[in-house]
Amino acid sequence: MTWLAGFGRFWWEFVIGDDWLVAVLVIVAIGATAVLAAAGVTAWWLLPPAVLLILWLSLRRAIRSA
Amino acid sequence: MSTGDGFLVLSSFLASGVEMVEALTIVLAAGLARGWRSSLAGLGVATLVLAVTVAVLGPALTVIPLQALRLVVGALLLVFGLQWLRKAILRASGYKALHDEDAIFARELADARGAASDERAGLDWYGFTLSFKGVLLEGLEVVFIVLTFGSAQASIPLAAVGAAAALILVAGVGVAVRAPLARVPENAMKFAVGVMLTTFGIFWSVEGAGADWPGSDAALLGVLGLVVGSSFLFVHLLRRERRARLSTVEVRA
Repeated sequence: MTWLAGFGRFWWEFVIGDDWLVAVLVIVAIGATAVLAAAGVTAWWLLPPAVLLILWLSLRRAIRSA
Repeated sequence: MSTGDGFLVLSSFLASGVEMVEALTIVLAAGLARGWRSSLAGLGVATLVLAVTVAVLGPALTVIPLQALRLVVGALLLVFGLQWLRKAILRASGYKALHDEDAIFARELADARGAASDERAGLDWYGFTLSFKGVLLEGLEVVFIVLTFGSAQASIPLAAVGAAAALILVAGVGVAVRAPLARVPENAMKFAVGVMLTTFGIFWSVEGAGADWPGSDAALLGVLGLVVGSSFLFVHLLRRERRARLSTVEVRA
Protein backbone atom coordinates (compact mmCIF):
# COMPACT_ATOMS: atom_id res chain seq x y z
CA MET A 1 0.00 0.00 0.00
CA THR A 2 2.86 2.36 0.87
CA TRP A 3 4.50 1.54 -2.47
CA LEU A 4 1.22 2.17 -4.30
CA ALA A 5 0.70 5.49 -2.51
CA GLY A 6 4.27 6.51 -3.36
CA PHE A 7 3.75 5.54 -7.00
CA GLY A 8 0.52 7.56 -7.16
CA ARG A 9 2.17 10.54 -5.46
CA PHE A 10 5.07 10.41 -7.94
CA TRP A 11 2.74 10.59 -10.95
CA TRP A 12 0.60 13.29 -9.31
CA GLU A 13 3.66 15.48 -8.72
CA PHE A 14 5.08 14.60 -12.14
CA VAL A 15 2.02 15.60 -14.18
CA ILE A 16 -0.12 17.85 -11.96
CA GLY A 17 2.66 19.52 -9.94
CA ASP A 18 2.02 22.15 -7.31
CA ASP A 19 -1.10 23.78 -8.77
CA TRP A 20 -3.99 21.32 -9.12
CA LEU A 21 -6.35 24.11 -10.22
CA VAL A 22 -4.51 24.25 -13.59
CA ALA A 23 -5.45 20.62 -14.28
CA VAL A 24 -9.11 21.19 -13.32
CA LEU A 25 -9.46 24.34 -15.45
CA VAL A 26 -7.69 22.73 -18.44
CA ILE A 27 -10.12 19.80 -18.34
CA VAL A 28 -13.11 22.20 -18.09
CA ALA A 29 -11.80 24.22 -21.09
CA ILE A 30 -11.22 21.09 -23.20
CA GLY A 31 -14.69 19.82 -22.20
CA ALA A 32 -16.25 23.11 -23.31
CA THR A 33 -14.40 22.85 -26.65
CA ALA A 34 -15.73 19.30 -27.10
CA VAL A 35 -19.30 20.41 -26.32
CA LEU A 36 -19.12 23.24 -28.91
CA ALA A 37 -17.58 20.91 -31.53
CA ALA A 38 -20.26 18.26 -30.91
CA ALA A 39 -22.96 20.93 -31.39
CA GLY A 40 -21.45 21.78 -34.80
CA VAL A 41 -20.14 25.18 -33.67
CA THR A 42 -16.62 26.32 -34.68
CA ALA A 43 -14.64 25.62 -31.51
CA TRP A 44 -10.88 25.93 -32.19
CA TRP A 45 -10.75 29.54 -30.92
CA LEU A 46 -11.81 28.69 -27.35
CA LEU A 47 -8.83 26.82 -25.91
CA PRO A 48 -5.89 29.18 -26.73
CA PRO A 49 -7.21 32.21 -24.77
CA ALA A 50 -8.55 29.91 -22.03
CA VAL A 51 -5.09 28.36 -21.55
CA LEU A 52 -3.41 31.78 -21.40
CA LEU A 53 -5.96 32.93 -18.82
CA ILE A 54 -5.30 29.76 -16.77
CA LEU A 55 -1.53 30.42 -16.97
CA TRP A 56 -1.97 33.99 -15.77
CA LEU A 57 -4.20 32.88 -12.86
CA SER A 58 -1.65 30.22 -11.89
CA LEU A 59 1.19 32.79 -11.98
CA ARG A 60 -0.81 35.11 -9.69
CA ARG A 61 -1.46 32.21 -7.28
CA ALA A 62 2.24 31.28 -7.25
CA ILE A 63 3.28 34.89 -6.50
CA ARG A 64 0.67 35.27 -3.77
CA SER A 65 1.76 32.07 -2.03
CA ALA A 66 5.52 32.87 -2.35
CA MET B 1 8.89 17.04 -43.42
CA SER B 2 5.74 18.95 -42.32
CA THR B 3 5.61 21.87 -39.84
CA GLY B 4 4.34 19.48 -37.19
CA ASP B 5 7.17 17.00 -37.80
CA GLY B 6 9.81 19.74 -37.59
CA PHE B 7 8.40 20.99 -34.29
CA LEU B 8 8.17 17.42 -33.06
CA VAL B 9 11.91 16.75 -33.56
CA LEU B 10 12.91 20.16 -32.17
CA SER B 11 10.69 19.84 -29.07
CA SER B 12 11.88 16.32 -28.36
CA PHE B 13 15.52 17.45 -28.78
CA LEU B 14 15.18 20.46 -26.46
CA ALA B 15 13.15 18.69 -23.75
CA SER B 16 15.43 15.63 -23.79
CA GLY B 17 18.55 17.83 -23.81
CA VAL B 18 17.46 19.71 -20.67
CA GLU B 19 16.72 16.47 -18.79
CA MET B 20 19.97 14.84 -19.98
CA VAL B 21 22.07 17.81 -18.80
CA GLU B 22 20.49 17.38 -15.34
CA ALA B 23 21.09 13.59 -15.38
CA LEU B 24 24.73 14.16 -16.44
CA THR B 25 25.30 16.42 -13.40
CA ILE B 26 24.15 13.62 -11.07
CA VAL B 27 26.18 10.89 -12.85
CA LEU B 28 29.29 13.10 -12.74
CA ALA B 29 28.84 13.88 -9.03
CA ALA B 30 28.35 10.15 -8.24
CA GLY B 31 31.35 9.16 -10.41
CA LEU B 32 33.78 11.73 -9.01
CA ALA B 33 32.79 11.22 -5.37
CA ARG B 34 32.05 7.46 -5.22
CA GLY B 35 33.88 5.91 -8.19
CA TRP B 36 33.01 5.57 -11.86
CA ARG B 37 32.19 1.84 -11.73
CA SER B 38 29.17 2.30 -9.43
CA SER B 39 28.04 5.47 -11.16
CA LEU B 40 28.19 3.94 -14.65
CA ALA B 41 26.47 0.75 -13.40
CA GLY B 42 23.60 2.94 -12.09
CA LEU B 43 23.45 4.73 -15.44
CA GLY B 44 23.40 1.41 -17.33
CA VAL B 45 20.65 -0.22 -15.24
CA ALA B 46 18.46 2.92 -15.37
CA THR B 47 18.91 3.12 -19.16
CA LEU B 48 17.85 -0.53 -19.43
CA VAL B 49 14.68 0.11 -17.35
CA LEU B 50 13.85 3.12 -19.55
CA ALA B 51 14.43 1.11 -22.75
CA VAL B 52 12.06 -1.62 -21.50
CA THR B 53 9.45 1.04 -20.62
CA VAL B 54 9.62 2.47 -24.17
CA ALA B 55 9.55 -1.02 -25.73
CA VAL B 56 6.40 -1.96 -23.77
CA LEU B 57 4.46 1.33 -23.89
CA GLY B 58 5.44 2.46 -27.42
CA PRO B 59 3.64 -0.30 -29.39
CA ALA B 60 0.70 -0.25 -26.92
CA LEU B 61 0.07 3.44 -27.63
CA THR B 62 -0.09 2.89 -31.40
CA VAL B 63 -3.17 0.67 -30.93
CA ILE B 64 -5.26 3.50 -29.43
CA PRO B 65 -7.36 5.51 -31.98
CA LEU B 66 -5.56 8.76 -32.91
CA GLN B 67 -8.35 11.17 -31.89
CA ALA B 68 -8.74 9.65 -28.41
CA LEU B 69 -4.96 9.59 -28.04
CA ARG B 70 -4.67 13.26 -29.00
CA LEU B 71 -7.36 14.22 -26.50
CA VAL B 72 -5.63 12.44 -23.60
CA VAL B 73 -2.09 13.34 -24.68
CA GLY B 74 -3.07 16.94 -25.42
CA ALA B 75 -4.63 17.37 -21.96
CA LEU B 76 -1.61 15.72 -20.26
CA LEU B 77 0.88 17.84 -22.22
CA LEU B 78 -1.09 20.98 -21.49
CA VAL B 79 -1.10 20.38 -17.73
CA PHE B 80 2.53 19.23 -17.78
CA GLY B 81 3.65 22.06 -20.11
CA LEU B 82 1.91 24.78 -18.08
CA GLN B 83 3.96 23.64 -15.06
CA TRP B 84 7.18 24.16 -17.04
CA LEU B 85 6.04 27.46 -18.50
CA ARG B 86 4.85 28.86 -15.15
CA LYS B 87 8.21 28.05 -13.52
CA ALA B 88 10.12 29.49 -16.51
CA ILE B 89 8.10 32.75 -16.39
CA LEU B 90 8.58 33.02 -12.61
CA ARG B 91 12.36 32.52 -13.11
CA ALA B 92 12.58 35.04 -15.96
CA SER B 93 10.65 37.66 -13.98
CA GLY B 94 12.79 37.22 -10.84
CA TYR B 95 10.16 35.56 -8.62
CA LYS B 96 12.02 32.22 -8.60
CA ALA B 97 15.76 31.51 -8.42
CA LEU B 98 17.43 30.60 -11.72
CA HIS B 99 18.44 26.96 -12.25
CA ASP B 100 22.19 26.77 -11.48
CA GLU B 101 23.85 23.54 -12.65
CA ASP B 102 27.18 24.40 -10.94
CA ALA B 103 25.48 24.92 -7.56
CA ILE B 104 23.50 21.67 -7.93
CA PHE B 105 26.70 19.80 -8.86
CA ALA B 106 28.57 21.20 -5.82
CA ARG B 107 25.69 20.18 -3.51
CA GLU B 108 25.42 16.65 -4.97
CA LEU B 109 29.21 16.23 -4.76
CA ALA B 110 29.35 17.33 -1.10
CA ASP B 111 26.44 15.00 -0.17
CA ALA B 112 28.05 12.06 -2.02
CA ARG B 113 31.45 12.64 -0.38
CA GLY B 114 29.86 12.87 3.08
CA ALA B 115 27.77 9.66 2.79
CA ALA B 116 28.91 6.51 4.62
CA SER B 117 30.48 3.65 2.65
CA ASP B 118 28.21 0.65 1.94
CA GLU B 119 29.37 -1.98 -0.54
CA ARG B 120 26.83 -4.36 -2.14
CA ALA B 121 27.31 -6.69 -5.13
CA GLY B 122 30.82 -5.28 -5.49
CA LEU B 123 29.49 -1.75 -5.99
CA ASP B 124 29.48 1.38 -3.86
CA TRP B 125 25.73 1.38 -3.10
CA TYR B 126 25.37 5.14 -2.56
CA GLY B 127 27.07 5.91 -5.88
CA PHE B 128 25.00 3.30 -7.70
CA THR B 129 21.60 4.40 -6.31
CA LEU B 130 22.39 8.12 -6.73
CA SER B 131 23.22 7.60 -10.40
CA PHE B 132 20.35 5.10 -10.96
CA LYS B 133 17.65 7.30 -9.39
CA GLY B 134 18.91 10.46 -11.09
CA VAL B 135 18.99 8.92 -14.57
CA LEU B 136 15.67 7.09 -14.06
CA LEU B 137 13.75 10.17 -12.85
CA GLU B 138 15.16 12.53 -15.50
CA GLY B 139 14.85 9.77 -18.11
CA LEU B 140 11.17 9.17 -17.28
CA GLU B 141 10.45 12.76 -18.32
CA VAL B 142 12.26 12.09 -21.63
CA VAL B 143 10.25 8.87 -22.14
CA PHE B 144 7.00 10.68 -21.29
CA ILE B 145 7.72 13.47 -23.78
CA VAL B 146 8.96 11.16 -26.57
CA LEU B 147 6.00 8.78 -26.23
CA THR B 148 3.31 11.46 -25.92
CA PHE B 149 4.70 13.68 -28.68
CA GLY B 150 5.50 10.74 -30.94
CA SER B 151 2.21 8.90 -30.51
CA ALA B 152 0.03 12.01 -30.93
CA GLN B 153 1.88 12.93 -34.14
CA ALA B 154 1.75 9.22 -35.17
CA SER B 155 5.56 9.12 -35.35
CA ILE B 156 7.35 7.82 -32.24
CA PRO B 157 10.57 7.18 -34.28
CA LEU B 158 10.74 10.87 -35.27
CA ALA B 159 10.45 11.95 -31.62
CA ALA B 160 13.09 9.35 -30.75
CA VAL B 161 15.44 10.93 -33.34
CA GLY B 162 15.25 14.26 -31.47
CA ALA B 163 15.93 12.52 -28.13
CA ALA B 164 18.80 10.46 -29.58
CA ALA B 165 20.43 13.59 -31.06
CA ALA B 166 20.25 15.24 -27.62
CA LEU B 167 21.71 12.11 -25.98
CA ILE B 168 24.66 12.00 -28.40
CA LEU B 169 25.35 15.72 -27.98
CA VAL B 170 25.07 15.83 -24.15
CA ALA B 171 26.96 12.54 -23.60
CA GLY B 172 29.68 13.54 -26.10
CA VAL B 173 30.25 16.97 -24.55
CA GLY B 174 29.96 15.47 -21.03
CA VAL B 175 32.69 12.89 -21.72
CA ALA B 176 34.88 15.57 -23.34
CA VAL B 177 34.68 18.17 -20.56
CA ARG B 178 33.96 15.91 -17.52
CA ALA B 179 32.19 18.78 -15.77
CA PRO B 180 28.55 19.89 -15.40
CA LEU B 181 27.36 21.66 -18.52
CA ALA B 182 26.81 24.97 -16.78
CA ARG B 183 27.24 26.94 -20.01
CA VAL B 184 24.18 25.33 -21.57
CA PRO B 185 21.47 28.03 -21.51
CA GLU B 186 19.24 25.76 -19.41
CA ASN B 187 16.82 28.45 -18.23
CA ALA B 188 16.20 29.61 -21.80
CA MET B 189 15.82 25.97 -22.92
CA LYS B 190 13.31 25.26 -20.15
CA PHE B 191 11.34 28.34 -21.27
CA ALA B 192 11.37 27.04 -24.87
CA VAL B 193 10.29 23.56 -23.77
CA GLY B 194 7.42 25.01 -21.71
CA VAL B 195 6.30 26.98 -24.78
CA MET B 196 6.52 23.90 -27.05
CA LEU B 197 4.68 21.59 -24.63
CA THR B 198 1.90 24.16 -24.16
CA THR B 199 1.64 24.78 -27.93
CA PHE B 200 1.36 21.08 -28.79
CA GLY B 201 -0.98 20.57 -25.81
CA ILE B 202 -3.38 23.24 -27.13
CA PHE B 203 -3.13 21.95 -30.72
CA TRP B 204 -3.80 18.29 -29.98
CA SER B 205 -6.44 18.96 -27.28
CA VAL B 206 -8.51 20.94 -29.79
CA GLU B 207 -8.19 18.17 -32.41
CA GLY B 208 -8.91 15.49 -29.81
CA ALA B 209 -12.02 17.40 -28.69
CA GLY B 210 -13.36 17.08 -32.23
CA ALA B 211 -12.70 20.64 -33.51
CA ASP B 212 -10.70 21.46 -36.68
CA TRP B 213 -7.94 24.04 -36.96
CA PRO B 214 -8.15 26.51 -39.85
CA GLY B 215 -5.13 25.74 -42.06
CA SER B 216 -4.60 22.33 -40.45
CA ASP B 217 -0.93 21.80 -39.32
CA ALA B 218 0.02 25.38 -40.27
CA ALA B 219 -2.13 26.58 -37.34
CA LEU B 220 0.65 25.32 -35.06
CA LEU B 221 2.68 28.41 -36.04
CA GLY B 222 -0.19 30.68 -35.01
CA VAL B 223 -0.60 28.91 -31.66
CA LEU B 224 3.18 29.05 -31.13
CA GLY B 225 3.24 32.79 -31.84
CA LEU B 226 0.37 33.40 -29.42
CA VAL B 227 2.00 31.35 -26.61
CA VAL B 228 5.45 32.95 -27.13
CA GLY B 229 4.03 36.50 -27.32
CA SER B 230 1.83 36.03 -24.24
CA SER B 231 4.67 34.45 -22.25
CA PHE B 232 6.97 37.42 -22.95
CA LEU B 233 4.14 39.80 -22.07
CA PHE B 234 3.61 37.98 -18.74
CA VAL B 235 7.36 38.17 -17.99
CA HIS B 236 7.33 41.91 -18.75
CA LEU B 237 4.25 42.56 -16.57
CA LEU B 238 5.58 40.52 -13.64
CA ARG B 239 9.06 42.11 -13.84
CA ARG B 240 7.49 45.58 -13.76
CA GLU B 241 5.28 44.62 -10.83
CA ARG B 242 8.27 43.16 -8.93
CA ARG B 243 10.36 46.29 -9.52
CA ALA B 244 7.48 48.47 -8.27
CA ARG B 245 7.14 46.31 -5.15
CA LEU B 246 10.86 46.44 -4.42
CA SER B 247 11.04 50.22 -4.85
CA THR B 248 8.03 50.62 -2.50
CA VAL B 249 9.84 48.52 0.13
CA GLU B 250 13.03 50.62 -0.33
CA VAL B 251 11.09 53.90 0.09
CA ARG B 252 9.43 52.60 3.28
CA ALA B 253 12.80 51.46 4.67
